[in-house]
Amino acid sequence: MRSIIAVILTVMMALMLMLLPMPDWTVWLRPVWLLLVLIYWAMVMPYQVGVGVAWVVGIIEDLLTSSMLGEHALALSFVIYLVSSLHIRLKVSPLLQQSLMVLLFVLLYQFIIYCIQGFIGELPSSHLYWLSPLTSMLLWPWFFILMNDYRRWIRV
Amino acid sequence: MESFTLVRSALSVPIAPLQYMVSEPIQIFAYLKNIINTHDKLVSENLQLKANELLLQSQLQRLLAIESENNYLKSLLQSSHHVKEKMKIAEVLSVRFEPYMHRVVLNKGSQDGVYLGQPVLDANGIMGQVVQVGPITSEVLLINDPQSGISVQNTRTGVRAVVVGDSYSSNLRLMFVSKTTEIKQGDFFITSGLGGHYPEGYPVGKVVSVSQDPASQFAEVILQPSAHLESTRQVLLIWYQKHA
Repeated sequence: MRSIIAVILTVMMALMLMLLPMPDWTVWLRPVWLLLVLIYWAMVMPYQVGVGVAWVVGIIEDLLTSSMLGEHALALSFVIYLVSSLHIRLKVSPLLQQSLMVLLFVLLYQFIIYCIQGFIGELPSSHLYWLSPLTSMLLWPWFFILMNDYRRWIRV
Repeated sequence: MESFTLVRSALSVPIAPLQYMVSEPIQIFAYLKNIINTHDKLVSENLQLKANELLLQSQLQRLLAIESENNYLKSLLQSSHHVKEKMKIAEVLSVRFEPYMHRVVLNKGSQDGVYLGQPVLDANGIMGQVVQVGPITSEVLLINDPQSGISVQNTRTGVRAVVVGDSYSSNLRLMFVSKTTEIKQGDFFITSGLGGHYPEGYPVGKVVSVSQDPASQFAEVILQPSAHLESTRQVLLIWYQKHA
């Protein structure tokens, strides 16, 4: 029960960070908060947070951002499937290696979204689109430590 | 398809609080910033606004005379079309979509009578149309989205065309305009009212470039939207024709 609440709280935070308007020069730099949160939980609690949770969260994201229904759900569940099948290796690897893996995951996620956007004819207008995997990677070590603290604080 | 729209609009209800939760603190910040503005600044702004209002009022008087004259002439011609529309102000929620999405969320929904396909304006021109209506929020497709199209008319020559959004430059583009058509840089385009979606005579955009690529069959005309699509906070909803 406690762990469910912990996960829901962080997912809510990520959704709000996703919607928060930021200064114009940062629009393309925004890390993929939701994916980072889900990667973390799929890594440390792979039996509670898996593909199903990722799909539901993805549907909520689709509704919030009014993108095509199922677009983010597909991308998130695909990536989370990979994460949960690799969770043991991810957990024991050092932070630097983890962030490189996160870079790959986020790139894959962005690539799936890019493909779907291409199908419906609304491609991102700038190649700066590919910057957010980098910011996500750079943020990962701090994010990971913060989430670890949070998990210890809420005792799950 | 019809029922699916219903599902989506129903699902927008549990989502709306989250959008308000993000938007509200930002609006409060803006309000606080307004409060601690200096007295001098407010006075000068007030003066400026008063001068502006005087100017607008004088223009309005002329417009009212023209409108009544126009309606009189139309009644003489026994045309059923009248230039009268109901309007309401809505506020744009401070919610950011991904940078490639040309959409905004408004704080009015079907409870306020918003309907699907309703035209949305700001002070300078057409902004877009409502594409999804929830009970308390609604979503607007901006005119620079590639999926949006408006029938427009050149104010100088009266040439009609269809304008669509251009996803790469977030400007507007005229579709299927032959190379011999008389269009110059600086021409204004207004809505022609032919599609039945948008009311007639509102500004849409100004031509910023006309290029004639020998490889393509049509001229490429790029328009800059008159409405401030990215920065507007308050917009006008129009009840048009049968919905009025």
